[in-house]
Amino acid sequence: MTADTQRRSPLGHLADVLAAHSTGGERGVRLREVPFLAQLDLQLHPHGPAAERIATALGSPLPTEPNTVTEPGSLQVVWLGPQEWLVLGPDGSGSATAELLRAALTDEPGSVVDVSANRTTLELSGPAARQVLEKGCSLDLHPRAFGPGRCAQTLLGKVQVILHQVDAEPTYRLLVRGSFAQYLTDWLLDAMEEYRHPRLTP
Amino acid sequence: MTQSHRLPDGGRVDRSAPLRFTFDGVAYTGLRGDTLASALLANGVLHVAPSLYRRRPRGIATAGAEEPNALVQVDGPCSEPMLLATTIELYEGLSAAGLAGLGRLDPTPDQAVHDKMHIHTDVLVVGAGPAGLAAALAAGRCGARVVLVDDQPELGGSLLAGRESIDGRPALDWVAEARTELAAQVDTRILTRSTAIGYHDHNYLLVAERRTDHLGPQPVPGISRQRLWHIRARRVVLATGAHERPMVFAGNDLPGVMSAAAVRAYLNRYAVLPGRRPVVLTTNDHAYATALDLVAAGAQVAALVDTRPEPPADLVNSARGAGIEVHTGSAVVGTRGHDRVSAVRIAELDADDVISGPVREVACDLLAVSGGWSPAVHLWSQSQGTTRYDDDLAAFVPAQAAQNVVSVGAALGVLDLAGCLGGGFAAGVEAADLAGFPSTAPSVPPTSVDRPPARPRPVWLVPGETGDPSEWSDHFVDLQRDATVADVQRAIRAGMRSVEHIKRYTTIGTAHDQGKASGVSATGVIARLLGARSPGEVGTTTYRGPYVPVSFALLAGRERGALFDPVRTTAIHPWHVEHGAVFENVGQWKRPWYYPRPGESTAAAVERECRAAREGVAVMDASTLGKIDVIGPDAGEFLNRVYTNAFAKLAVNSARYGVMCRADGMVLDDGVTLRLAADHYIMTTTTGNAAGVLDWLEEWLQTEWPELRVRFTSVTEQWATVAVVGPRSREVIAALAPDLDVSNDAFPFMTARETRLASGVAARICRISFSGELAFEINVAGWYGLATWESVIRAGGPLGITPYGTETMHVLRAEKGYPIIGQDTDGTVTPQDLGMEWVVSQRKPFIGKRSFRRADTARGDRRQLVGVLPADPAVLLPEGAQLVADAEASVPTRALGHVTSSYRSAALGRTFALALVAGGRERLGETVYAPLPDGVIAATITDPVLYDPKGTRRDG
Amino acid sequence: MLLIACPWCGERDELEFHYGGQAHVAYPADPEGLSDAEWGEYLFVRDNPKGPFAERWSHAAGCRRWFNVVRHTVTHQILASQSNHPVAAGQPKPVIA
Repeated sequence: MTADTQRRSPLGHLADVLAAHSTGGERGVRLREVPFLAQLDLQLHPHGPAAERIATALGSPLPTEPNTVTEPGSLQVVWLGPQEWLVLGPDGSGSATAELLRAALTDEPGSVVDVSANRTTLELSGPAARQVLEKGCSLDLHPRAFGPGRCAQTLLGKVQVILHQVDAEPTYRLLVRGSFAQYLTDWLLDAMEEYRHPRLTP
Repeated sequence: MTQSHRLPDGGRVDRSAPLRFTFDGVAYTGLRGDTLASALLANGVLHVAPSLYRRRPRGIATAGAEEPNALVQVDGPCSEPMLLATTIELYEGLSAAGLAGLGRLDPTPDQAVHDKMHIHTDVLVVGAGPAGLAAALAAGRCGARVVLVDDQPELGGSLLAGRESIDGRPALDWVAEARTELAAQVDTRILTRSTAIGYHDHNYLLVAERRTDHLGPQPVPGISRQRLWHIRARRVVLATGAHERPMVFAGNDLPGVMSAAAVRAYLNRYAVLPGRRPVVLTTNDHAYATALDLVAAGAQVAALVDTRPEPPADLVNSARGAGIEVHTGSAVVGTRGHDRVSAVRIAELDADDVISGPVREVACDLLAVSGGWSPAVHLWSQSQGTTRYDDDLAAFVPAQAAQNVVSVGAALGVLDLAGCLGGGFAAGVEAADLAGFPSTAPSVPPTSVDRPPARPRPVWLVPGETGDPSEWSDHFVDLQRDATVADVQRAIRAGMRSVEHIKRYTTIGTAHDQGKASGVSATGVIARLLGARSPGEVGTTTYRGPYVPVSFALLAGRERGALFDPVRTTAIHPWHVEHGAVFENVGQWKRPWYYPRPGESTAAAVERECRAAREGVAVMDASTLGKIDVIGPDAGEFLNRVYTNAFAKLAVNSARYGVMCRADGMVLDDGVTLRLAADHYIMTTTTGNAAGVLDWLEEWLQTEWPELRVRFTSVTEQWATVAVVGPRSREVIAALAPDLDVSNDAFPFMTARETRLASGVAARICRISFSGELAFEINVAGWYGLATWESVIRAGGPLGITPYGTETMHVLRAEKGYPIIGQDTDGTVTPQDLGMEWVVSQRKPFIGKRSFRRADTARGDRRQLVGVLPADPAVLLPEGAQLVADAEASVPTRALGHVTSSYRSAALGRTFALALVAGGRERLGETVYAPLPDGVIAATITDPVLYDPKGTRRDG
Repeated sequence: MLLIACPWCGERDELEFHYGGQAHVAYPADPEGLSDAEWGEYLFVRDNPKGPFAERWSHAAGCRRWFNVVRHTVTHQILASQSNHPVAAGQPKPVIA
């Protein structure tokens, strides 16, 4: 048995349930897990030589504009704070990216920590996706205030999430700690229930 | 029963949609568009329920949320008490009963769904009357994001109740056009059936939307019954209108005494004639429209009584032209009737409000009263805005704003339609401008009411025909509380002067309606009795949210049942469920408490699990411990400062138990920290305190020691941790990790090794023990946690490996005298109190060190952790039990301490406990007593380490 | 529900933050050199003004940064919000208003 066949994502057992609760149409909303993304927590001074070396290595500077995401190549770099980013990549890319980042860091103070198994990713999309989030998120998600390429660390329900808007449909990704994933999924499925039914007409 | 009081035409009701309903068991018919109150009135039913204390008959008095009388209980799957007949929309099959002030809680669980929504807006307009509609229109046209909130099912506010015109057409045509325009604006949201109930800090408002109540009590699939909107607004426009005040005179509580504005609403909006021979009593211009509309509806208006000696001539002439007898400078000084008003007594008042002429009695079946208008300043006041008393309006009006808010229309004391529209337009444009959308205000169309009303003459207290105020016990000030002028006078004679004191003494304004309509009238009575010149000298009471009562179910939303609070589970959780674990809540975590076999008791299961750990091998899911990566060249120095003991010189791949204290020297948290590299440690925290410790570390790094080069990353869920415990644990680890030399020499206590398990999974294995036994902790990436646990179970199968839960963990650690931070400590306990002087460095500075020299922390009689052995080894001391020195001491007596942990021990063959006892370590061998309801338990104080005190077992 | 401007993430609901008490109460440079009274003052005594109050908050559910806020204790009006972070100077304003 290889190691990979022994992996379990926190929501792997719910794939069918999520699909069954997803709906299309003008007020549809879909939910799925995007498991096993490579995730690296990167901390360093944003304006030092290491940041420049990382920019060169990634082919794109780290986002220093708060609440934004850059997408160098197959990676996504999510701004978490003035000196902290989450570098996302495809399954299995974590070690190579970590090597690259650590090499760029050299002896400058900072950290690269593999947190791939710390969180899983939920993807919520469809015309009603924003309303589903608004049931438990106090952030202003109106297109005038939030849009593709934006991110935030915030609360959804009572759960801390990293929220990233991917496109304008809208599609959101929610990165949530594995221990909270089941609860958050239950919460989202409950919030989505409304959109499986006809709109209330006065 | 036919709708005897329904007008033949007009109104906003749907005559094609008759609705059957029952009230107090009697069947009636109403129309779609009715409220329960209007439907009752249409059927000639005025009386709802007797009053709470004096059992006097009481009827419908208003047409809205300010209703003091018409409380009902509505039947349904879960019956709901204390609703107002005036705000319940009629639906087919509605069944309700009148309530005399007290409802009944239905014990049936309420299955209705309530939810929440969080939105932001540039402009929030509360109230969709003429001023609010104008504000929303103007702001929306500018491009600002607008939310318009109104508590009625349709827009229009006061225009729904009147017969006004705007721009030469019926005002409701203008309303319909406004609605169409607003609906077409992409970023305007209209919330009807929605009441703004709270105005909180930083323009945060709560709005309660009733989504399906009007359809009946049965759930509508997918649609929440009610929704609580959390709205953050840059600018708020309050167009909340005004409440018409009652007047205080003898017998003012009889059914048939009704707000004049409500009478007009019942006539025009609901096509209901509440009385065929009404009298109108007013202090102001407004009730003239009611009188004329009553005549137009076919009523015979028996009299119009105006307190003003010289009302505007055109109004008087129009009333007289309609055949109404007008009494100026007069008031109703009393009523006649039993279950309903049958006559009123009218007299002239002089300038000092004293009866100055003969009293005449006029027969009637309705008294429509306008005591003046009070701007609905509730939300304004909740926002901390101030009010001032306006003598010209005889009302409290908004003065100084405390937030980004403005009042418009009647909520500001503007009572003419043109003024409302103009003020609304201006406020809407201003609000949009502040949000970055400059524009100019639309021009105000001509209206039928473009002249501000003439000055009112409030008569706060209409004197009784006989006696003095202390005898006026039928002059009602608060109908729901049955509070009268006599009650107010009694409060004043008892020495009360402040309106807040009088309110509490008399309970005026404390009922469900919070004195919405009557509050200012009550202030007027108080002012009069105190000899003040106006209510302005007395002031108002505090307005508190919610503006209308709401259910706890609405406030809870979806945060109930399974969604009440986040439930955290480990990667191994599915195995625990499958294998019958009983769970314990530890913070938000669900942890296996114990794993009973079929038919096994808790005690037996725990004893079996303990024995396995002490004698064979057992396994526990330890994934919930908090884990924090501490990385950087100064990581060791940082840890030296936050832990009481030293970490900077810890060898790589070695682990050390550490205690951290707050600056006051009290224990904050503990755990094992492992050094992975020169500049890399991984810290573990207690399960419940992981987030708090990370905050603590960041606080000290960021605010005190920013020069230290160290970073923290929470990795709690990155790692799944499997604790393999017991004398035979080494055999299991050897089988799992074939590449690892698990001998004691090669892999000593408090060290860690990186290896690859037979399964191919990379693991970090540590030799750490929280039981005193030989033990290992296997750490793998979280997503391998379940598979690794299963492989441990397989590998340990031949040895009888036994999964164990938190209860066994507690017993094992307590037998060794290891404290649990947060159970055996409570924020007042130092490491020394725990007998851990050895963990407190004398050589280096650390947070809290200075506190150990404080006189208080050096006291000899501090409560110290000790073991406690009940004299009867079968008796279990309850945790929390207080301990005293003298079993016979009379109560109250001083406790020596209390039991913090208490268990049955298989290893000791008896019960035992840990306790915090004053000067405990000096009391070893002494007997203490736990006085409990069932008797006194005697116990002996011992050293807390009861099992393997020499520590011979940890290496196997 | 206060609306607090994290100097980094922008305005967020109070729920995302942890309160950290009075600002500008530095950990004494030499605790061992203080008398019990002086140390007790540091541990336990804080201002409690009616009016503007400089206090610390941590954006616990967000960027985990500690920062200072001047809040009016009667009106809750937030008069200033400032990072004490070494790289705060010259940073762009947060995107989320």
